Amino acid sequence: MHNTSDPILELRNTEVVFEMSRGVSRVLDNVDLNIQRGEILGIVGESGSGKSMLASAMLDAVVDPGVLSGQITYYPDDRDPVNVLGLSDEELRRLRWEDISMVFQGAMSSFNPTMSVKGHFVETLEAHDYDREEGMDRARQLLADLYLDPERVLQSYPHELSGGMRQRALIALSVVLEPDVLVMDEPTAALDLLMQRSILSLLEGLKEKYDLTMVFITHDLPLVAELADRMSVMYAFELVEKGSTEEILRNAAHPYTRALLNSTPNLDAPLSEMRSIDGSAPDPVNVPEGCSYHPRCPLADEQCTAESPDFHQVSETHDVECFHWEDASEAIPFNIEQATAEEGEVQ
Amino acid sequence: MSSEDTTEMAAGQSEPLVSLEDVEVHFEESQGIFDFSEPEVVRAVDGVDLDIFQEDVVALVGESGCGKTTLGKTCIGLQRPTGGSVKYRGQDVWDAKDGKGDVEIPYKDIRRSLQIIHQDPGSSLNPNRRVMKILEAPLKRWQSQMSAGDRRGQVLAMLEEVGMTPPDDYAGRYPHQLSGGEKQRVALVRALLMDPDLILADEAVSALDVSLRVEMMDLMLDLQDKFDTSFVFVSHDLSNARYFAAHSGGRIGVMYLGELVEIGPAEKIINNPQHPYTKVLRWATPDLAPGSEGSDKPPVRKIDIPDPQNPPPGCRFHTRCPEARQVCMEQTPPEYETEKLHETKCFREDDSHEYWSSPQITDDADEGGDLYSEADD
Repeated sequence: MHNTSDPILELRNTEVVFEMSRGVSRVLDNVDLNIQRGEILGIVGESGSGKSMLASAMLDAVVDPGVLSGQITYYPDDRDPVNVLGLSDEELRRLRWEDISMVFQGAMSSFNPTMSVKGHFVETLEAHDYDREEGMDRARQLLADLYLDPERVLQSYPHELSGGMRQRALIALSVVLEPDVLVMDEPTAALDLLMQRSILSLLEGLKEKYDLTMVFITHDLPLVAELADRMSVMYAFELVEKGSTEEILRNAAHPYTRALLNSTPNLDAPLSEMRSIDGSAPDPVNVPEGCSYHPRCPLADEQCTAESPDFHQVSETHDVECFHWEDASEAIPFNIEQATAEEGEVQ
Repeated sequence: MSSEDTTEMAAGQSEPLVSLEDVEVHFEESQGIFDFSEPEVVRAVDGVDLDIFQEDVVALVGESGCGKTTLGKTCIGLQRPTGGSVKYRGQDVWDAKDGKGDVEIPYKDIRRSLQIIHQDPGSSLNPNRRVMKILEAPLKRWQSQMSAGDRRGQVLAMLEEVGMTPPDDYAGRYPHQLSGGEKQRVALVRALLMDPDLILADEAVSALDVSLRVEMMDLMLDLQDKFDTSFVFVSHDLSNARYFAAHSGGRIGVMYLGELVEIGPAEKIINNPQHPYTKVLRWATPDLAPGSEGSDKPPVRKIDIPDPQNPPPGCRFHTRCPEARQVCMEQTPPEYETEKLHETKCFREDDSHEYWSSPQITDDADEGGDLYSEADD
């Protein structure tokens, strides 16, 4: 489906650098990424891997004193391509919300506690000169699409809603100006699993109905695997593997991705096979030379400590940044394969 | 480790370690000083019976606000129930505390035998004390006759036991110099130094990075083996609960709005859940099997939990349950014994119950509930 490249957002050599007293902290390192029109892209990484920085970069919203560089291009349906990093403040204000919208983790801090939910919708519509009546109709429809009672929620103040309701109201708010792209940074973290899964399935409906492209950033690989068409895995401020969800789950080629998959408690995996990843993720000031994963990688050799690997193509839709990607599946076998095989027999 | 036997063996023992009978915990929420109306009552735990045996593991799961932590704290005598009884080796915990009747086991001993590890290890360790000082404190209090040298020796030995080597180095650190996983280990050592019979692990792995959770659970399981402790493991995550309970041959208890709706051996709960709510939790737990179908519609009629101050009458799950019928709104289901050690609070367990002839509940169309009336099985 996505073989023909039709990107809606394109990142090239994107970097974010913070100057700190103890050195330069590169919290996003040379990221190349295409987001295809109409897809759901999952970006997975552990805490401190730079995934939230990537989200901020897409909207040129990196906080000071961070310095963002590289090339970010947005391809609208009906206009010329937009160079996101070259926009004026006013143009950028319009791009955010109207074209590319964002949902952050923790809805409570995204809402103004002294304003009703309705106030937020009205303010957003007016700030962007949208028709208020039409916009509020859309808001009611969106809230209903997210299984909320529109009138009740609109009249409430943020603290009167439960966490799950608040997060859904925030999603409705972020789509009310009909953006093309919705970037979500841990939109379901801190919610119950049941609510997370429910929101995910509602997002899928929303995407179909409103023709959205979605970027879903999370530390929770199994969660996003249910939703995403394609996944990108981040480790130490870089993307180390990109591919279709199917390929990542079945045939992950980066030792880190495989280890991450194996370390996830999973109802279908045999109990004896789960294991954690040895070592810990690097500090941004002090990323290891060569491949940044080499201190934790069972396949690492001299080449890995000396040079940084480029992307190798596993298939047309699957790239991996590893010298030894061909050996990864043998060196780090999946523990779920066995389970899936057993499951197949049972059914 | 031959799993499924622990609980059965344990259940064969004559006397449970901790026994809860018809326990309820109700919190009154007052509305301010000038409000003289009836205070709102939150029924955090209602009508729970639970036996915990020696070397047993019970994992409690449920959504936030379901009362799992309150029930856990009641098990270890940190929360006084407003109704029912909590017994430790046959001695009523709160009678012992109040000095009522013949106290066979003094409260002091009970307190020492029932320990807790909190969700956030950062805030349960004193930031101004070194690890050694933190860990010496409980020994000083409970084993005051122990010499300073022995005490330090025991602390160092325990640190080594949980993999914090070299122990001398770790003993000299302050909590902020430890990673999240290491802090949690210190909390675990502190609990174990009391030589407890039962430890409540309250979301003890939830705050850790995914890749560290399995490691921490393995450590706890290891120590359970070595020290013969029982665990009550509270988690909102069914896969963590399964990992912990199944490895030790323990049980999983599923809570909903203050009630224990299903409890049974871990693998039974995962592979053969009986209560519709357990099935919902099972659905909500992501599974990694490639090719598994994307997220279908949630198998509940409403995705928000009702107000715990005002739980629905009858079966509390009936407002969301895909299988709910008229009778579920009127009657409260009892516990049915599905099989040994596996109990379910749902009329569907009883083939001859009037449930089967009761009409289905239909929702108002505007809430989109009708989409789910044909929930698949």
